[in-house]
Amino acid sequence: MMYFDDRLYLIAGAALITIGLYALLAHRHFLRRILALNVMGSGVFMVLITYSARTAGSIPDPVPHAMVITGIVVSICATGLALVLAECVQALTGRTELSDERETSEHTGARPDTSDEQHQDQSP
Amino acid sequence: MLYLFDLVLLVVIVLLAWRSLNDADLFRGTVSFIALGLLIAVAWVRLRAPDVALAEAAVGSGLTGALILSALVRMRRRGRDAPRPNHAGGAIPRRLIGVLLLALFLCLCGAMLRLAQWPEGLTETALAELPASGVSNPVTAVLLNYRSYDTLLEVAVLLLAIVGVWSLRRAEWPGDVRESYPLLMPLLRIVLPTLVLAAAYVLWIGTSKPGGAFQGGALAGGAFVLMLLGGFGRRALRHRYRMRVALSCGLLVFIAASVGTMLLTGEILRYPAGFAGHWILAIEAAALISIACTLGLLYLGGRPEEAGDGTPVNRSVNGSKNGSMGR
Repeated sequence: MMYFDDRLYLIAGAALITIGLYALLAHRHFLRRILALNVMGSGVFMVLITYSARTAGSIPDPVPHAMVITGIVVSICATGLALVLAECVQALTGRTELSDERETSEHTGARPDTSDEQHQDQSP
Repeated sequence: MLYLFDLVLLVVIVLLAWRSLNDADLFRGTVSFIALGLLIAVAWVRLRAPDVALAEAAVGSGLTGALILSALVRMRRRGRDAPRPNHAGGAIPRRLIGVLLLALFLCLCGAMLRLAQWPEGLTETALAELPASGVSNPVTAVLLNYRSYDTLLEVAVLLLAIVGVWSLRRAEWPGDVRESYPLLMPLLRIVLPTLVLAAAYVLWIGTSKPGGAFQGGALAGGAFVLMLLGGFGRRALRHRYRMRVALSCGLLVFIAASVGTMLLTGEILRYPAGFAGHWILAIEAAALISIACTLGLLYLGGRPEEAGDGTPVNRSVNGSKNGSMGR
């Protein structure tokens, strides 16, 4: 007596993981990558919750539910910390994406706007 | 009928996920992400996981969206690095990534669909111990009794995140919006007390029905963000100790409970028989305060200035605002 079709949810979970991984690799803007990690996380949660719903027993397995609730709260903490790190990078280099090693050395060699940014940062 | 509902729901979820990550405009992408979170919460309800749905709707959709939007606004305001179309990243061409990930997707689907249909699971074990656990909601029993050690460490992660954020940057306060949105204050007067009441209710009901410290904490954290938007609480935040006590009380009470239970029963977090419910509620209440403050303060994206900490210019600005805020 399946109350839902678990295969649909598993495929959707796999799709979320894949889409998130694609965006993580294909985009370079920090915020896109942080969003991508969150979407990947949602995909993993969906797989976990689907498995907990199809275990034998009268109600879904509560252990994965507790793990996912923990995961949701931990992932918002990681997101908050990552956002602040991204802002630090932007304040120091003026960029909103990670650059290749070569570009970085060029960039820091020139340092066109570092002092400017710091000045901006401190003004009210 | 329900099959059709599931199908439509999941197709929309996948499309929204794609759109939120690949929209040319990051702002629109983030709004899609918030909508995605709400739909995923609906999916949790369909999968009979109402506890997770509550947490997802409040944290995964609402607060994460608010965090990212406020960071986006700050980055745009700061950056001359104007939003520009993304270019293909790195040495790997996108088409190759696409092909590889399609293969990964098929492998994932194959592997997951092949797993056992009705595995044993821990449901019966969890239900068998439920009468002795002090609560009657199995998810709360797992979080605060069977696996309370995990939750202790999770509360520590929350504190660690805010310590990291505070040591990296100083907060940039959201601008004072009370002048431009005259309806905000009357709205907040109704919404804030309601949210605090709802948070306390969700905490209390979590012992027997879907709810608990994390869901209640997320609601109260949302109230905290609204409070910051309305310009309340700046003086309290600049107080040196009050905020830190609120942020760490969850972990401190949890550690105290660990020590206390160890002295009483000889085992970490094994509650004395018959009183488990009281211990759980006390830990949850302290955790709720810490979770709410942590999630609300993450929104600021930095350490609020303390008295004597800020630059003189900032202090005078904040001072004048505090003066008008007392009314």
